[in-house]
Amino acid sequence: MIEARHLVKRFRDKKRGSVCAVDGVSFSCRPGEIYGLLGANGAGKTTTLRMLATILAPSEGTAIVAGYDVAKDPQMVRSRVGFLSTATALYGRLSAQEMVEYFGRLHGLDESKLRRRIDEIFARLEMNDFRDRRCDKLSTGMKQKVSIARTLVHNPSVMIFDEPTVGLDVMAARTIAGFIRECRDHGKTVVFSTHVMSEVEKLCDHIGIIHDGKLLAEGTLPDLRARFGIHDLEDLFVKVVES
Amino acid sequence: MSLRNIGIVYRKELIDSLRDRRTVVSMIVVPLLVMPLLTIGMGILSLTLVGLAMREIPKVMILGGEDSPHVREELQQLKDVRIVPANSDFVEEISNKQIRAAVEIPVGFEAKLAAGESSTVRIYLYQGELRSGFGADRLQRFFRELRDRTVREHLEARQLPESLMRPFDIVEKNVAPPEKVGGAILGGLVPYFVILLCLTGAMYPAMDLTAGEKERGTIETILCSPVSRTHLVLGKFLMVLTASIATAVLAIASMAVSFGAGKKMLFGLTHGAVDTSLQITITGKAVVSIFFVVLPLAVFFSAALLALSLFAKSFKEAQSYISPLMITVVLPAVAALLPGVELSPALALVPVLNTSLVSKEIITGTFHWGLIALIFLSSSVYAGVAIAVAVKLFQREDVLFRT
Repeated sequence: MIEARHLVKRFRDKKRGSVCAVDGVSFSCRPGEIYGLLGANGAGKTTTLRMLATILAPSEGTAIVAGYDVAKDPQMVRSRVGFLSTATALYGRLSAQEMVEYFGRLHGLDESKLRRRIDEIFARLEMNDFRDRRCDKLSTGMKQKVSIARTLVHNPSVMIFDEPTVGLDVMAARTIAGFIRECRDHGKTVVFSTHVMSEVEKLCDHIGIIHDGKLLAEGTLPDLRARFGIHDLEDLFVKVVES
Repeated sequence: MSLRNIGIVYRKELIDSLRDRRTVVSMIVVPLLVMPLLTIGMGILSLTLVGLAMREIPKVMILGGEDSPHVREELQQLKDVRIVPANSDFVEEISNKQIRAAVEIPVGFEAKLAAGESSTVRIYLYQGELRSGFGADRLQRFFRELRDRTVREHLEARQLPESLMRPFDIVEKNVAPPEKVGGAILGGLVPYFVILLCLTGAMYPAMDLTAGEKERGTIETILCSPVSRTHLVLGKFLMVLTASIATAVLAIASMAVSFGAGKKMLFGLTHGAVDTSLQITITGKAVVSIFFVVLPLAVFFSAALLALSLFAKSFKEAQSYISPLMITVVLPAVAALLPGVELSPALALVPVLNTSLVSKEIITGTFHWGLIALIFLSSSVYAGVAIAVAVKLFQREDVLFRT
């Protein structure tokens, strides 16, 4: 379960002074649901998700993630969250297995449990062929699988994806989309951000349209279509943002 | 504080760093190979150059002395100089290295010698130029012998004993142990190298583990894990410290081996006539003591480098922050080499300089335990502050996500 309560994030910028990147964002997402944050570049999607993953601390407001407050118990939140973004790169000099092992250990898994978990994930994601290959020698698709394995190793109940398909080819993007669906089917709470309309249409149970740090509209896709009287998601998005 | 988590981060950083060619080069290859190659290479080169200069028969010029044919004749017969015809441009010729030295014999030199009158022989040389020095030395030796011979003849003629020439001898006796003699000359150099290598060894990993992570985008990956940021930075810090100490230890070991080999070679090349100032004996007690005084400095360097490069957005930016730091470390380390700079309670509080000075003393066999304790303590305080700053910076979002 994720419950964002009036999240605010301000940064200090040398040129612009105090900048409000996220301005009072509130929404909730239940287990077995996918919540999509839809917004243009610079809308505040990444900052919102980073606050949910406790990488950034909120300036105001808070969020309850997997039963813990992000401001009060960030470590408890992190141990229950899997976070994947285009920015979460791999350690190139570690092998695929070492990379996943490292994160398993950081999540406190003991060696025998870690071994079982890695065997299970590597078999499921068909990663055994490149298990011992260094991450910097892997193809983009293989790297994506290692990243997925890294986020899954501690079996988190909440998954947060920040524009996970940016820069990926069709096949790699499909792998990610399939993985996001699988997470929902396994009863996980899933939040993901994107600016790709087709991904939202295909994957999301709930949508939040974010612009200039504010959540302007939210609901299921049929709800939003009915509310604004527009079927095409792109047109709908433009109307919400421009209004 | 979870040692397990710090250990996990440290282990990963160690494996990662040991697979990085640049770290391996700066941590292992440079101290193990480059240092001895430099020491031995420079030694061989300078010995070869000195040997060549010594083997050269210097061209010298005799100016004047037409009324002193015997002296001129004797000079002409010297085997280890070649006399060239006199020329008024002798100064230019010495400067241009066409000749190495010139000697000016005064008018009526032989007559004055016979009469027991004083006169002045001038030797022209290009001071600081090795070969010119050798040429001038040869001429000086000739005239010194001539002077002694003349005095002896005058004494004999007056039936006076030769001992009048030297009424007494002066003999210097060294009471300092051999390590003091060597230490005074080379002692300053060893800590200077150790301090510098502690810094250079830590530089690359410090940048790679912080600014490098930002540049590669792995910083966000690691911040998603439940390990606290304090544990992350401490694990990273331990890796940087390992590199710093490993570089210094490997360099000392390889320097010791190459110094030993170099000394043997020197014996071979100079047929055993080695200056006692080159004999350096460093005791086990000194090595252990130096390790303990350098340790807090290595901690200080590692934490300071980590904090500085953490602030940088990229590897390149980190390099531009660290280069000036090199100079601020080299200066106090070099200051300890200057003659007259001696350890005092006030200087014991100056970072880097204190360690450099105390190490110099330890190598020469002097142990001021009070000052050693003060230096260990003050360096530990600086190290503690540097670690605290690094830990604090790692908590700050504006530093981790600086754009």
